[in-house]
Amino acid sequence: MITLTVNGVRRTFDGDPTMPLLWYLRDDLGLTGAKYGCGVAQCGSCTVHVRGQPTRACQMPMADLQDATVTTIEGLHPTGAHPLQVAWREIDVPQCGFCQPGQIMQAAALLQNTPQPTDQQIDAAMNGNLCRCGTYPRIRAAIKAAAERSS
Amino acid sequence: MSANEFLPWVRRAAAPSARAGMPAPVAATDENTDSPHDLQRRAFIQLLGIGGLVIAFGPGGARRLDAAEPLPGPAANQWSPHVYVRVDDDGTVTIICHRSEMGQGIRTTMPMIIADEMEADWARCRVEQAVGDPRYGSQNTDGSTSIRDFLHKYREAGATTRALLEAAAASQWNVDVAEVFARQHEVVHRPTGRTKPFGELVATARTIGMPATASVRIKRPDERRWQGKTMPSIDLVPMTTGTAVYGADVTLPGMKVAAIARPPVWGGKVVSVDDGEARKVPGVERIVRIPETPIPGAFFPLGGVAVIAKNTWAALRGRDALKITWDAGPNGSHDSRSYRATLEASVRAPGKPGRTNGDAAAALAAAERKVSAEYHVPYLSHAQMEPLAAVARVQDGKVEAWAPTQSPNDARNTIAEYLKVDAANVTVHVTLLGGAFGRKSKPDFICEAAFLARETGAPVRVQWSREDDMRHSYYHAIAAHRLEAALDAAGKVTAWLHRSAYPSISATFAPNVAGPTPDELTNGASDVPWDVPNMSVEVCPAVAHARIGWYRSVNAIHHGFAIGSFVDELARAAGKDPAAFLLELIGPDRKVDLSKAGLVGPGETYYGAPWADHPLDTARARRVVESVKQRSGWGTPLARGRGRGIAVHRSFLAYVAMVVEVEVRPDGTVLVPRATVAVDAGYVANPGRARAQMEGALVMAMSNTLYSGITFAEGRVEQSNYNDYRVARMRASPHVVDVHVIESEGAPGGIGEPGVPPAGAAIANAIFAATGVRVRELPVGRQLDGWETKVAEEVAPMPRGT
Repeated sequence: MITLTVNGVRRTFDGDPTMPLLWYLRDDLGLTGAKYGCGVAQCGSCTVHVRGQPTRACQMPMADLQDATVTTIEGLHPTGAHPLQVAWREIDVPQCGFCQPGQIMQAAALLQNTPQPTDQQIDAAMNGNLCRCGTYPRIRAAIKAAAERSS
Repeated sequence: MSANEFLPWVRRAAAPSARAGMPAPVAATDENTDSPHDLQRRAFIQLLGIGGLVIAFGPGGARRLDAAEPLPGPAANQWSPHVYVRVDDDGTVTIICHRSEMGQGIRTTMPMIIADEMEADWARCRVEQAVGDPRYGSQNTDGSTSIRDFLHKYREAGATTRALLEAAAASQWNVDVAEVFARQHEVVHRPTGRTKPFGELVATARTIGMPATASVRIKRPDERRWQGKTMPSIDLVPMTTGTAVYGADVTLPGMKVAAIARPPVWGGKVVSVDDGEARKVPGVERIVRIPETPIPGAFFPLGGVAVIAKNTWAALRGRDALKITWDAGPNGSHDSRSYRATLEASVRAPGKPGRTNGDAAAALAAAERKVSAEYHVPYLSHAQMEPLAAVARVQDGKVEAWAPTQSPNDARNTIAEYLKVDAANVTVHVTLLGGAFGRKSKPDFICEAAFLARETGAPVRVQWSREDDMRHSYYHAIAAHRLEAALDAAGKVTAWLHRSAYPSISATFAPNVAGPTPDELTNGASDVPWDVPNMSVEVCPAVAHARIGWYRSVNAIHHGFAIGSFVDELARAAGKDPAAFLLELIGPDRKVDLSKAGLVGPGETYYGAPWADHPLDTARARRVVESVKQRSGWGTPLARGRGRGIAVHRSFLAYVAMVVEVEVRPDGTVLVPRATVAVDAGYVANPGRARAQMEGALVMAMSNTLYSGITFAEGRVEQSNYNDYRVARMRASPHVVDVHVIESEGAPGGIGEPGVPPAGAAIANAIFAATGVRVRELPVGRQLDGWETKVAEEVAPMPRGT
């Protein structure tokens, strides 16, 4: 039996301990904001925060989550108004939108530790998050806009 | 698939036969025609029954499908003056989006046009996604067609609704309709200033007869509120909060999850299955065989062995535990390396002409100076971020599917044919598409879900893994190109010979296809805007050994790369500035009806439009080149390792020029710090989304050019995931993309696709400018490793084969 907290709610899990967090979130909890994109930590679509760290949920087995705190895109901000979410909308970042929850979660972790990131720091932090629509220039601009707003 | 469903390289509407069994529209209508010719014809119907939406996406968020909800039918307080519009008596305007949203913004742009024309308040409009139904007109969201085929229809829908509301107000006030006008969700009586909100006019409006088309007045350009201006996406809130619903996000009560082992070789079969280990995986419930479809399989599933489980993890683990012996079938020896050599041999002999002007062969033979080069583009996979997924339920003989599909009617008809049921009993709901790029215009994955739902009696989600997606795509064709040109003493091109060979998309739909047809060259090869007296553009044979399909920009990807690269090579050979040379090659402004300009067998239409409506207008090509030349700082010095490349290309009825700046690091890594784009696509309804499409096209072209490639060995795809099928990432991507959307009231062209073809060549040309290394085969990959020493040794002995 694994006990963890997801978006502030205490949960218990007694299924297959090898199951990655991603499928627990999506299939068991119905939190479908974290997306399955590759299953091998190559695309970042499933990025959530585990114990405050940006984490690829597809590579995080449930067995490692005893007492963990997990935050998903659904729990990032109570009204969806995190500075990054606001900036994403102002700059009209998404095209298909599929990768964007993972992008936002990755960027949120970056800003937590580096509130005023340089281009190089943004590139380094975001390089693991793929976007096939090619919204990278707007993602970079939105992260900067959110950083400016928070400063 | 039946022969009459053979589909050409650029898809248009499904064949009429495919519509057999569809319920007749409520009123006589031409809604189910797709031809732009029909846009002028009467297009209004008094439609009562357009319900059937279960997943409702609103501006405030998407509603999860969490139960077998009753389909919302038409309510007494709703009025549907047009198939795309519904008005409730509380004034809520619902616009039914019949095209699929995959990032291009159609769920915003289409409703915005209608709302603008009907003078609705945007804040009181909501958008519903249409199910597959021919009454909406073509829903096949590919070929960059949404606005170019439907702009007028959308305007008519809005203007008709406005006219009816105005007539209703005039009737209620008992005044002349000429004295009233609609303004932001109300109708105003000009002489008195009285107003009536739309909602209070619904009851009267529904009793008024449809206006004659001629009496419906489309807004003048100066009356438009939002058309032609940037409108942000209506889906921004759900997309940034994780509530947007894509294919795999749909959940039905009692739903099972399926993962499928498919034949690794196109045309392969299962010989035997050992499912002992798979059955031991906790959560695995059933193993189901799916029959293989003989090649060419068109849109039908490949077949294989499905593992049905209680959740996704169990299904994937169970599938991976299957031990299957496969019969590889006729393509078991396909090797893309040796196949490339076959294609190269093919283009070294004359092919079928797609355009003939003058006598290119004679001019080349007599030329003092001849330049030739060969180019190679590999197979590509769409690798859209959302792997394929579809949900289906079969109950009481009715099939219902939810899927991220570009073409719900193709999905519906294919499911009907595959399961041998009447299409009237098949409903296909369209979710958001997590990227598509052509892959999701093929409904094979939706058929799998429908088949398994019927076999198991439970709702089923079929989940493709990334590896499944990579290895069972409909691949962008591998291609070889050979170009030859003659230059006169002044460095002017006097002859142009272009031969290409690539397996045809037709081979996915018909047996014994020997290669592409000359018609495929009209996708940006035979219709080049060059001023060259002697031209021969030819296609050469190529038999398909893999499943080929549309991928964003289609043949224009390799056409654009080869042509744009060769022009740069010619400029260098002529000792001229590439931008100046490009303008000289385009030549004097002129309009050319290509159907009369030496094109062989151009067919009846050009990108589905009449040829005469879209003459080759070289002034438009010139203007986009001049725009990027001027705005990019072309000709100004750059640091060592940096270079600019330029290219122009016309596809999908739009002209796009790009100047791309690259930085090539000493280790051969290529970065694209900035790019300048100009696009003339005629009238552009939502320029912000057009700019986004150009930005995205450039990044996708970076993937195509620098990183991506599918290879086959023993008939099997060698790549598996993003680790070995690389795509562009943040670090290499542009910091500045300056996009100039040319303002025009001209006939709209495409936006989603035309940006990709010039970008690949512009990147390759920039690499040459930066390093002196000419890229003739894609992807660039590690070709630039150690370029600084390479260049010193070779001093650019280009072009090859001269």
